[in-house]
Amino acid sequence: MTILSIFDIGLVVLILAVGAASIGMREAFSAVIGFVVYGLLLSIAWVRLSAVDVALTEAAIGGGMTGMLMLGAVARLRFAKGNDSRTSLPVRLAAGILCALVAAGLAIAVLSPPEVIPTLAPMAMENLPQSGLGNPVAGVLFVYRALDTLLEKVVLILALLGVWSLAPDRMWGGIPGLRVYAQPNSKLTFLAQLLPPVGIVVAVYMCWVGAKEPGGAFQGGTVLAAMWLLVMIAGLTSVPSISQRWLRLLLVAGPMIFLAIGIAGMVLANAFLAYPAGYAKPLIVAVEVALTLSIGVALGLLAAGPPERVQRP
Amino acid sequence: MRLVLDIFTVLAVSAGAFFFLAGTVGLIRFPDALTRLHALTKVDNLGLGLVVLGLLPQANGLFGALKLVTIWLLVQLSGAIVTQLIAGTVRQHGPRE
Repeated sequence: MTILSIFDIGLVVLILAVGAASIGMREAFSAVIGFVVYGLLLSIAWVRLSAVDVALTEAAIGGGMTGMLMLGAVARLRFAKGNDSRTSLPVRLAAGILCALVAAGLAIAVLSPPEVIPTLAPMAMENLPQSGLGNPVAGVLFVYRALDTLLEKVVLILALLGVWSLAPDRMWGGIPGLRVYAQPNSKLTFLAQLLPPVGIVVAVYMCWVGAKEPGGAFQGGTVLAAMWLLVMIAGLTSVPSISQRWLRLLLVAGPMIFLAIGIAGMVLANAFLAYPAGYAKPLIVAVEVALTLSIGVALGLLAAGPPERVQRP
Repeated sequence: MRLVLDIFTVLAVSAGAFFFLAGTVGLIRFPDALTRLHALTKVDNLGLGLVVLGLLPQANGLFGALKLVTIWLLVQLSGAIVTQLIAGTVRQHGPRE
């Protein structure tokens, strides 16, 4: 047994233990912290499986972004402690049975793999040079399965609409209820002044390098969102009201440009979401840039939560 | 030369791992939030610094080495400030429970 396989076994045991601990925690806050640790460990596991793209996304979305959303939910729950009602036994039983069924289904799929594992990887690699891309993951996302990627971005906006609709009617179009820590000249101000320039460069780098190496719109967008949130939480910039035109334009810019290029493909390349020969890479990079901005704004607003204040005229 | 660099890497990374271990022991054993933060940050910076120092000879050219050092600096910055924020909250409101 090599050192690496000992490491892998240790990692798997640790992931299972943290997952179980996170489910078993009585307090919501500790459970969320457990979940964030679980996400980070899982991203190490993805690195060990040589899936660096997935590892980056898992660390950014699974650990960071989702963790922040859930911490927000915990804070809200604590705030609304008044109607503290325990879920009834049948509901808990039903949830437990459903989870067990899903787990059993996954276990069957994992434990009884087909004789020959079907793979499209050789074909994907063979045709990749035609797109001008170097990263096979970007190739799958933007060439072979472009429709999925487009829909995924639309789903992100639908999720944001879902969060916004939690606001009462009179708050519609108002300012998201992000907790702002506005103490001038505090350490947080310092961090919020120092970090964003670095973070923006990292985000641009991740987006740009995504065509060739691991990285891409989602990873870059998450970093952008984190920087934006940091600046807003430190009170250096105000939280915009969701009715701002520029905000909404940025939100839909990515999917709209993607869709426009897709429709143009029907005329120029004879298929929806096909790229004209020779122009694949520049078009994909253009889409990635627009998507990075849109994802950054969407994730930032998701974390900021539903509108809670109305802008004073 | 290669061998010397490899030995240097192993020594520095092992020393870094030792500091991480010490920090974790401190985090678990120390009595209150402030001392735990102290153990965590002191040892984190040193541990990560030693790991990065050890990995420098193995880095992928000058650019790779620069990336490693940047990561260490960023972790220093965020670690120091987040610790200050947590410590400030603890001092203002007292520890939970």
